Amino acid sequence: MKKKLVKGNEALAQAAIEAGCRFYFGYPITPQNDIPEYLAREFPKLGGTFLQAESEIGSINMVLGASAAGMRAMTSSSGPGISLMQEGLSYLAGSEIPAVVVNVQRSGPGLGGISPSQGDYFQATRGGGHGDYRTPVLAPASVQEMWDLTFLAFDLADRYRNPVVILADAMLGQMKEPLEMRKPELPPLPAKDWILEGCQGRDKRLLKSLYLGEGELEKHCWRLWAKYEEIKKKEVRCEAYRIEDAELVVVAFGSPARIAKGAIMEAREQGLKVGLLRPITLYPYPEKELADLADQGKTFLVTELNVGQMVEDVRMAAGRRAEVHFYGRPPGAGSLPSPEDILHEIRETYPAR
Amino acid sequence: MSETAEKLLNPRPESLVDIPTHFCPGCHHGIVHRLVAEAIDHFGLREKAIGVACVGCSVFLYNYLNTDVVEAPHGRAPAVATGLRRALPDRLIYTYQGDGDLAAIGTSEIIHAANRGEPITVVFVNNTTYGMTGGQMAPTTLLGQKTTTSPYGRDFHQAGYPIKMAEFLAPLEGVAFSARGAVDRVANLKRTRKLIFRAFEVQVQRLGFGFVEVLSACPTNWGMTPIEAAKRVEEEMIPYFPLGIFKERKEADHL
Repeated sequence: MKKKLVKGNEALAQAAIEAGCRFYFGYPITPQNDIPEYLAREFPKLGGTFLQAESEIGSINMVLGASAAGMRAMTSSSGPGISLMQEGLSYLAGSEIPAVVVNVQRSGPGLGGISPSQGDYFQATRGGGHGDYRTPVLAPASVQEMWDLTFLAFDLADRYRNPVVILADAMLGQMKEPLEMRKPELPPLPAKDWILEGCQGRDKRLLKSLYLGEGELEKHCWRLWAKYEEIKKKEVRCEAYRIEDAELVVVAFGSPARIAKGAIMEAREQGLKVGLLRPITLYPYPEKELADLADQGKTFLVTELNVGQMVEDVRMAAGRRAEVHFYGRPPGAGSLPSPEDILHEIRETYPAR
Repeated sequence: MSETAEKLLNPRPESLVDIPTHFCPGCHHGIVHRLVAEAIDHFGLREKAIGVACVGCSVFLYNYLNTDVVEAPHGRAPAVATGLRRALPDRLIYTYQGDGDLAAIGTSEIIHAANRGEPITVVFVNNTTYGMTGGQMAPTTLLGQKTTTSPYGRDFHQAGYPIKMAEFLAPLEGVAFSARGAVDRVANLKRTRKLIFRAFEVQVQRLGFGFVEVLSACPTNWGMTPIEAAKRVEEEMIPYFPLGIFKERKEADHL
């Protein structure tokens, strides 16, 4: 298949169109504006709906409405806007309404800055909203994955009737790479027998998250839990690169994983046995894969564009048996680590035998 | 069958579920529910209607209205309705919101849905208090009114003035109909029935955004009997929240 040179945000937007999404609601924020701008231009040609909302609170609830009617609907934003959507995410999860929410991460806390960051890892994987809920989180590391994972996000959202987060970052959104515009083959989805479109020929339907009856909410929460367990069992995705003989495994997701790969290649040249484990799903997290590596006695070096968030998941998965080092680069102008920076850390943490 | 068989003059609307009410004695929600149900029946759109329930006592609309219903987060019903409206252009979309929901936490959503002229119908029930949470001060609480969070009476120096939503929304270009009614006595109820019908009709005719505010009693949180509460609607609320139509568009605006 012929490749085209495409910007990450635009690849994601076109993939949403190809995945059948025709409803976009959003509010401007850097560094994701290419997504709404692209869809504002393309949707009218396709009979789709692009609507610029009054706020991210408006956006996420418009998504809830369109999705309640059975449509594939999405929104995109960055940290500060995603914060405002947390209420909506909780309601979407509680009412079991699908949605795709894209976070092209900028840096925080507060207004922070617009450089690439991974400071929203906790928010995305733990849920910034209230209550007992989880959302699958997909972490692309290339323009190709901005494309591929968008299809997967819509698929998972519909399959599990749950909001799905795509956690990208400013670098992935803004850079151009060759893209193969392929359509993935995904298994058939369950029928949408829950949607609201008027009760013609059937009893009325209700989509809600309020359960006041004795024991009702407990039952509801355990049912959601069972769904999350199924997601954990079936939907873990990660990339393993040269880990078989590795003494040291770098764990990174998104943009830093690419930089780490360059560092690992150089380390290998220098005779160091180093590999990479790149989680593609941040929830569900590749716990078993990490635990197995820990059992094999490998040492870990976690690198992130923050002061240490995913490293907690690595420590939990690896348990006490493995050494886990952390190299963090919180965002700021020009603060992306270079392969040399990471190589230096690899040398510092490489286990002495 | 006897020759003097009874004839039911006002049968239960099809859009209203036949179950006992759980609302407090003297609460007006049940009356407003019935008027909404009558309006939906009137246009023959029960099977094409989707309601958006909000947060507060009014959320229980979903138990009583015999249509599809989705629950919105607090104040967000107009945004949820916007999503539904865009997804289902030929359906009847309505929200049913209380004063805390619409006039406090949901001001952004209501103003922008109204301003966009979303062809939806918003039924706004104003009882000057947060009923479900136990009678706290609402944006529509009258000056001097004692609530659990204005125990000395609402003072404008501290809490500003009760907000008049029907008048406030009327000048927005997207609004096709904005009115206020009450259901404290039969004459008002009959007028309000017409206002609610019209707020649905402007949606059916695609004239724009339809809004109707209904003054409502909350005897439990006002510490009154149902009769005293209905009297308060007339004596205290109507003088500040006048009944009437503040905007009525007869044809679609294509400016």
